[in-house]
Amino acid sequence: MLRVRDLACARGGLPVLTGVSFEVPAGSALVLRGPNGVGKTTLLRTLAGLQPVVAGSIEVRPEQTAYASHADGVKAQLSVAENLDFWARIYGMSDSEAALTTFDLVALRDRMAGTLSAGQQRRLGLARLAVIRRDVLMLDEPTISLDQRSVILFNTFLHDVHLARGGIAVIATHIDIGLNAPVLDLDPYRAAADAPGQRDAVFV
Amino acid sequence: MIAVFIRDLRLALRAGGGFGLGLVFYLIVIVLVPFGVGPEAAVLTRIAPGILWVAALLAALLSLDRIFALDHEDGALTLLATAPLPLESVALAKAAAHWLTTGLPLTLVAPFLGFLLHLDGAAYPALILGLLLGTPSLSLIGTFGAALTIGIRRGGLLLSLLVLPLYVPTLIFGAEAVRRGAAGLNTTVPLMLLAAITAGALAILPFASAYALRVNLR
Repeated sequence: MLRVRDLACARGGLPVLTGVSFEVPAGSALVLRGPNGVGKTTLLRTLAGLQPVVAGSIEVRPEQTAYASHADGVKAQLSVAENLDFWARIYGMSDSEAALTTFDLVALRDRMAGTLSAGQQRRLGLARLAVIRRDVLMLDEPTISLDQRSVILFNTFLHDVHLARGGIAVIATHIDIGLNAPVLDLDPYRAAADAPGQRDAVFV
Repeated sequence: MIAVFIRDLRLALRAGGGFGLGLVFYLIVIVLVPFGVGPEAAVLTRIAPGILWVAALLAALLSLDRIFALDHEDGALTLLATAPLPLESVALAKAAAHWLTTGLPLTLVAPFLGFLLHLDGAAYPALILGLLLGTPSLSLIGTFGAALTIGIRRGGLLLSLLVLPLYVPTLIFGAEAVRRGAAGLNTTVPLMLLAAITAGALAILPFASAYALRVNLR
């Protein structure tokens, strides 16, 4: 269960969102919508614990969350399998084979990640999520640069593996990725320029 | 933590990893010195301790900006910050990998380069021991500087400005140990002070680096 109450968040000393409240029960997903710059990434980073909470509360066990940004953190000089094994070891997992199958990377396992196409690299980045097996995923534009077939692979993983296990996903996206999930439009929660969270707040 | 260490070593050793960068730089600088100051053995013997240490310092500095910048650019650092691994141990693992790919090779080639500079024979133990004790502090201080400057594009200049003054104590005691060794004096005190700097850096700087990383990742 992920519960957010009256959350306000800021980025770079500018208040971005205020009064965001939502609940995501176990086994379901939430899609975040809103125009560019409304604060989807900021909200996800705050949920993942990368940014301090300005006001309100987030109820989730921090050791359950995982974050996936626009950038995949894929190392060009390591092979596909080495990249995944690294994250498996960091999260104390042993098996990265299943993830290779889920994201159709078996044939690419010994290729250097730097020689992969943008879409293949993205698949590798998403396969990390299958390896680390965290319950609460914060996904920032997960399907960017994926072709239709890979989007289906990703949806299958999300539905049949992650959510079926009782996991939670919060997904920021612009395009309809064919996921049957409630949508939260962030536009009404835009913070006023003088809202708390400004860099100089402590000095006033 | 060991996973980060092994990954960094592997990345450093593969193509484009910059493993030989500091080492080759060190080699070239030392080889160039006799051309600059002339082949007079007496002059070279006198300046060798200082040159060997200053060049080691600059060689270590050369690869510092790679410690965090590459991981920051491709997003891996953000993912590591949300991983169940304290950033303190990430900083420590990265400093250790930097030392193993920079400080240790410099220590190993320094005796041969000392030969090129007519370094006094009695100074070699102090040179090797001094570099072995002193170079870890260069990597630890450098990791802290790199953590402070990750948000900045082309932060190399700022990094040098921040880190070089902090390298001064290591340089002074390191060169002093070699000079004393060459003069046949006791080298215990400067070597102990070098070890003290490294021990202090090891105790404090991983925590400072992790704090700087957290602030910079916001």
